Amino acid sequence: MKHRLRFAVGKLFRMALLLLGVSILTFALMTASPLDPLQTNVGQVALGSMSQEQVAKLEAYWGVGTPPVERYLGWLGDVLHGDFGTSLLYRQPVLEVVGQRLAGSLWLLLFAWIISGILGLVLGVTAGATRGRLPDRLIRGYCLLISSTPTFWLALLLLLIFSVWLGVLPIGLSVPIGADAASITLADRLQHAILPALTLSITGVANIALHTREKMVDVLNSDYALFARARGESELRIVLRHGLRNVALPAITLQFASISEIIGGSVVVEQVFTYPGLGQAAVTAGLGSDMPLLLGITVITAAIVFGGNLVADLLYGVVDPKIRRGAARE
Amino acid sequence: MKVTNRRRSTLWLIVFAVAVLAAVTVAGILLNGQAMESDFARKNLMPCLEYPFGTDWMGRDMLARTLAGLSLSIRIGLLTAAVSACIALVMGIVSAAMGRWADSVVCFCIDLVMGIPHILLVMLISIACGKGFLGVVTGVALSHWTSLARVIRGEVMQLRQAPYILAAQKLGVRRWDIVRRHMLVHLMPQFLTGLILLFPHAILHEASVTFLGFGLSSEQPAIGVILSESMRYLTTGKWWLALFPGISLVIVVLLFALLGERIRLLLDPASAQE
Amino acid sequence: MQPILEIQHMSIHFTQYAKGTRRRELPVIRDLSLKIEPGQVVAVVGASGSGKSLLAHGILHILPRNSHMEGRILYDGGDLTSKRAARLRGREIVLVPQGVTYLDPLMKVGEQVRGDDAAPDAKQRARKALARYGLAAGTEELYPFELSGGMARRVLIATAVTHEPRLIIADEPTPGLDAKAAGRILGHFRELAEGGAGVLPITHDLELALTIADQVAVFYAGQTIEVASAEDFASPATLRHPFTRALWRAMPEHGFQPIAGAQPYPGTQTAGCPFAGQCARSTPQCREAADLPLRPWQGGMVRCLNPQREE
Repeated sequence: MKHRLRFAVGKLFRMALLLLGVSILTFALMTASPLDPLQTNVGQVALGSMSQEQVAKLEAYWGVGTPPVERYLGWLGDVLHGDFGTSLLYRQPVLEVVGQRLAGSLWLLLFAWIISGILGLVLGVTAGATRGRLPDRLIRGYCLLISSTPTFWLALLLLLIFSVWLGVLPIGLSVPIGADAASITLADRLQHAILPALTLSITGVANIALHTREKMVDVLNSDYALFARARGESELRIVLRHGLRNVALPAITLQFASISEIIGGSVVVEQVFTYPGLGQAAVTAGLGSDMPLLLGITVITAAIVFGGNLVADLLYGVVDPKIRRGAARE
Repeated sequence: MKVTNRRRSTLWLIVFAVAVLAAVTVAGILLNGQAMESDFARKNLMPCLEYPFGTDWMGRDMLARTLAGLSLSIRIGLLTAAVSACIALVMGIVSAAMGRWADSVVCFCIDLVMGIPHILLVMLISIACGKGFLGVVTGVALSHWTSLARVIRGEVMQLRQAPYILAAQKLGVRRWDIVRRHMLVHLMPQFLTGLILLFPHAILHEASVTFLGFGLSSEQPAIGVILSESMRYLTTGKWWLALFPGISLVIVVLLFALLGERIRLLLDPASAQE
Repeated sequence: MQPILEIQHMSIHFTQYAKGTRRRELPVIRDLSLKIEPGQVVAVVGASGSGKSLLAHGILHILPRNSHMEGRILYDGGDLTSKRAARLRGREIVLVPQGVTYLDPLMKVGEQVRGDDAAPDAKQRARKALARYGLAAGTEELYPFELSGGMARRVLIATAVTHEPRLIIADEPTPGLDAKAAGRILGHFRELAEGGAGVLPITHDLELALTIADQVAVFYAGQTIEVASAEDFASPATLRHPFTRALWRAMPEHGFQPIAGAQPYPGTQTAGCPFAGQCARSTPQCREAADLPLRPWQGGMVRCLNPQREE
């Protein structure tokens, strides 16, 4: 138990260090940018018509002129007090913006994460079990095709088919324009989330299925599968008795590693469907040089990704008898 | 008994894929001028014999634009994948062969880069470089090396335990000489497969980032730009603006992916005899 | 007595890619013949890389898909087709594999000894099998990585005796065990033979094979080159094939003389005796003979143009 605790604390410490690294990297990248936030957001013409003081005020607002290290340390100090600063574009605290946006994205992400995980596992196991035969070829073909398809184009295609041609689903926006927030029904929300969620699930499956297949093939080529065959177990029983068991561990890692990919996908998908989630906010912040917001989104996203890895590591310890028993004996 | 000879069919596939990709690249370069040419007399044409991919609202030939865009994508893909793979090679070797300290630094870098979703990281780097061609190329090149670096690190770790490497160490051969003379050859198959398998990712992420507005500028006939523009015309029924360029991109990426997959199977001793 | 297993002219080929895109058939086992009677221990002895393990997989019909088997296998008087083998394996015909890697790393030992058997008494039988080899009830709850080398071997043998097997194929039964432990394990096999089963240990270790075997089939480059009774190994003079004699002299108590040269890699040799290159007595005919049959000779079998046995 003590061993496990030390393991978890060590991982947490590393995660904190990584987050610090992410924030420094992001900050450095944004500071290095030659793009002038004033020009992008206020515009050349408007700037020209302003007085010197107004420009100076704006410059202070967008953080032009302050030395980067000082600005970073200031930001870091605030973050440690739970303040991620104020979004320049939304004029709201970053945490509030991220909170609202994340709430919108969360269902999308969760749905896609679970569906692609389950479907990927099922397809991967099936393909591995029928390696070289028709189902395997079909599944591999599907995965290859999907992983060669840009997510945003798949989103466009689905939009074209379901919204434009068939007209069964709405185009974009998680809520109807102009509707009062209170009058939005759950059905409305669901309707607008279907296509983005579908896109993310379809693309998420490929990677998980392919990796699961590899592992399944390894299991079926293993000595213990051979021995099971020698003992008269049928191929199906081997898949069910030994395959699933041994695929489960890498599946945990895969599933949690896919979080990053799904969040990345949501950035593009939300843009296509104009779905007001975290991904869309990231694009807006990036295009508008909204440094506090983009920094906040990146750090929080990274925290979710690292958190996922941590959970996977801890789960491993519970599921893998080697770690579980090994730790128990210490 | 299997009748198909997979090595032969793979060879044909490689020849075919390389020929198609080369043809697209060259055609795209030649058609670059035509891709920019607007002619309002022929705007918004549905696909027809003369313009198989149709024309857009400025009367530009979509086939020429698509080919020019693909050509650009392929060239960027080659460049970024090559740079990325070289970074991966260096990082992997440094990590595995240069001692524990170097290893933990490289591993930290890998974890760091992997912690930020690819698309977000490419966006950030592109912003740092002022967007445009330089931005997207730097972004993709600097964000895609991590998995291959891990593979190479693992491979070098294994090689280090090989008797002939241990013997060379005992004989006092310097570390870099061991890497150069004994290890690089063994890393080549992994490196090459990794390199080819990087192309699809590189191309897709370039297109995505350009699509979002962080990549190539809108004057260039890039696939990301074409598809981003097509979005505005989707609801008005101009489906061909999105459909054909997209399908073409999928085919190009698919060719690279198939190529990488087949070469991986051939070079991997575990599946070479399948 | 009716042999429990009789292998006639078994050959196993693999389809492989040679240089570039050419394919070739790689013979791994060529013209192998063998006979085991109930209660008999017939050891197959050969250097590693001689295709021994594939013999076991061939009998059980679990060869990989890119392989191809010819010849005839008779089990209990009838043809052992792949269908029949599928019915019998794990029950009448059992394999005791080489080592702990043949156990599922994530499944508890008890469940593995029981195997895929839903019968109500399966658990009881598994427990009895473990107990038979001195493994305490707690062993059932262990995972393979928690077993010592000797325990793992006993668990593997236990998997064989949950049903009453009539033919036991033991692939490399004693690797990595000290002489005492190895002797104990071999004793278990002898005991199974005394119970009336045919036992076929496959090993590279002639010395160990001789401690339990009634008969020894010597395997070289995919062929049986000699079948001799265990007594024939008392002195090199009673052995028939030059390779068997060389093997005898290579045993630690007989001088530990290494055998010069190496056995040819499968597929590299097309005609003649595979041992000709290493044999002091080889003649030009040995290198050219197109067909070298395994023939009965002075109480055993030998595949040699000028065998040696002196009485």
